[in-house]
Amino acid sequence: MDGTPVIRIENVSKRFVIRKEKSLKERLVNFGRSNLHKDDFWALQNVDLEVSTGSTVGLIGPNGSGKSTLLKMIGGILQPTSGSVHLRGRLAALLELGAGFHPDLTGRENVYLNASILGLSRKQTDRHFDAMVDFSGIEPFIDTQVKFYSSGMYVRLAFAVAVHVDPDILLVDEVLAVGDEQFQRKCLERIRGFQHEGRTIVLVTHGLDQVAEFCDRAVVLEHGKVTADGLPRDALKVLRADFEATRQEEVDRQDEAAGRPLARFTGIALRSDSGATGHPSLRTGEGLTVAVEIEATTPLEDWEIGVGITTPLGTALYGTNTRLLGVKLDRHVGPGRFEFHLGQLALGEGDYSVQTSLTGSDGTEIDVVPQAAEFSVEGDGRSQGALAAQAKFAVL
Amino acid sequence: MTDTATTRTDTATARAVRLAAEPLREAGPRPGFATGTLSSLRDIAAHSELMGFLVRRELKSRYKDSALGFLWSLIRPLAMLLIYYVALGKFLGAARSIPDFAIFIYTGLTAWGLFNEIVTVGTASIVANSGLIKKVYLPREVFPLSAVGSAVFSFLIQLGILIAATAVVGRFPTGIRWFYFPLSLAVLLVFSTALALLLSAVNVYLRDVGYLVEVALMILFWGSPIVYSWSLVHRQLLKYPTLEQLYLLNPITLVVCGFQRTFWVAGDAQPFQVTALGERLGIALVVGVLLLWVCQRTFARLQANFAQEL
Repeated sequence: MDGTPVIRIENVSKRFVIRKEKSLKERLVNFGRSNLHKDDFWALQNVDLEVSTGSTVGLIGPNGSGKSTLLKMIGGILQPTSGSVHLRGRLAALLELGAGFHPDLTGRENVYLNASILGLSRKQTDRHFDAMVDFSGIEPFIDTQVKFYSSGMYVRLAFAVAVHVDPDILLVDEVLAVGDEQFQRKCLERIRGFQHEGRTIVLVTHGLDQVAEFCDRAVVLEHGKVTADGLPRDALKVLRADFEATRQEEVDRQDEAAGRPLARFTGIALRSDSGATGHPSLRTGEGLTVAVEIEATTPLEDWEIGVGITTPLGTALYGTNTRLLGVKLDRHVGPGRFEFHLGQLALGEGDYSVQTSLTGSDGTEIDVVPQAAEFSVEGDGRSQGALAAQAKFAVL
Repeated sequence: MTDTATTRTDTATARAVRLAAEPLREAGPRPGFATGTLSSLRDIAAHSELMGFLVRRELKSRYKDSALGFLWSLIRPLAMLLIYYVALGKFLGAARSIPDFAIFIYTGLTAWGLFNEIVTVGTASIVANSGLIKKVYLPREVFPLSAVGSAVFSFLIQLGILIAATAVVGRFPTGIRWFYFPLSLAVLLVFSTALALLLSAVNVYLRDVGYLVEVALMILFWGSPIVYSWSLVHRQLLKYPTLEQLYLLNPITLVVCGFQRTFWVAGDAQPFQVTALGERLGIALVVGVLLLWVCQRTFARLQANFAQEL
């Protein structure tokens, strides 16, 4: 890819004014005092972003972080309060499927109307019409009024129209999770096709796995600011850590309120069997020692410590804890050190994370650190994937 | 496998090369009050096909599932004609001083109907299409303009009936009379479109506009010589020439008089006529075009915040 930028966002901020009045009377009565009835809300603050051709960018972040606002700004639907958004090429936005559908018109009429809204001419629609209907798989109902469609049929037809538009930039907002599984797969295939054709895709989603699967870049937004921008793996790590921090705060608050014990991990160290420490690099089949340090501010009774191994994207590969290992831990208060040894790890080449957890025996979480430490495994280049096996081949 | 791989990269490179040659453009509508006119016009022209679809959608959905369908767009004005003809013409005796009273009334109602529909439907058009405006970027002018389109369609049907009626009563308009029709129609369209654009945009910020428009239209209806003749007004205002000039400043008065000059052939026998109607209409047209421009620019300014205000 040469890096021609197709979207250039420069220092964009967006302020929403939340007014509490709407009618003429209210405005006249409150005239001059209207600032009392206004609230400012900065949905985006000083966002800079450049997207080059052919890349697929995932915009991720917690609810209300400004993802959709940014997407609408790229689509020209909202105007930035300050800063500028520039584009190259033709843009199509899938912000809501079937936004232009009219319930009283037939499927056929709606296809033409919706295609026209997305920027296709009548002739182009004529040419793609059969393909659209075929893709949607609702041919028998194409001349039925749309109001009689099931929601699945509605979405199928809308998506079919949308993917037959020929955009250079495609904006997608949370619309991939539609239809049944077979149709979803069809949609995802289509999006992969778009990637191969060098189209630029900007995706807003909460499906982090989708980001990991499709995007070659992920941008994390939080409270209207870009907090991470890079490979999906790194961005997801930042986002997951944030989610975890928020969740942990909530758990702590609840714990305090419920009088549950307070304790947290204060340190972790990894050591491979060959003695490497820090961010150790293991050979396939080598063992790993995980040492953890905890600090309990209130006494722990009936408690467990667990460790697990996950991929960098957060998929759990392995996990164990003291209960499963048949160890009963004594009452504990203050600092403490514990050690797990995980022998003969049959892991394939790649990077892995260690997760640690502190739970009560009734299942309540006391402290969980999803990516407490990292290590990598060097394979022999004879396999791929997270699992290692002794593979042999024979012709019979 | 390698074949498809190379073609893929070919499309991708071709696209990248084509895009590299394109200049960066600003997302959404271009700013600038005076400078944006041309680009606005170009944007609207590029979406003329979409406007056609929207007009068709409007018309199709309006009478869908009704047994009489398009006949309804005739029944309403005909019922109004009947009411005014019987109540005003016969009971109040207006028909005595106005020859061919039915033609007279129907001419006025046809012109008024077009103005009324463009302004009412146009004002509501942006709010009514909020679902679309919040989700897709289009030049938002297409919504009020498609309201104009669907109103013109019902107008054409009524006009057909009016022309047929003049033939039936045996006083079909001929010659120089037809000069007034396109001129007044142009004035009517320009003013109503300007109002529709302005009001639809203001309606987004202040929903009171819809109700305000209803009241204003009612006043305007009785402020124009639709169900009474200009002669009656003239007689009352003889001593107050300023008031009469004020009355004639109303473009709808001029439009209705222009329509009547064309289609109400029996009106020639009236004792008083509006003087210099052609000139007045010409001036109104120039003012109307200026107003249309100002309204469009105001619309362009206001539309930037539509999506967040709806």
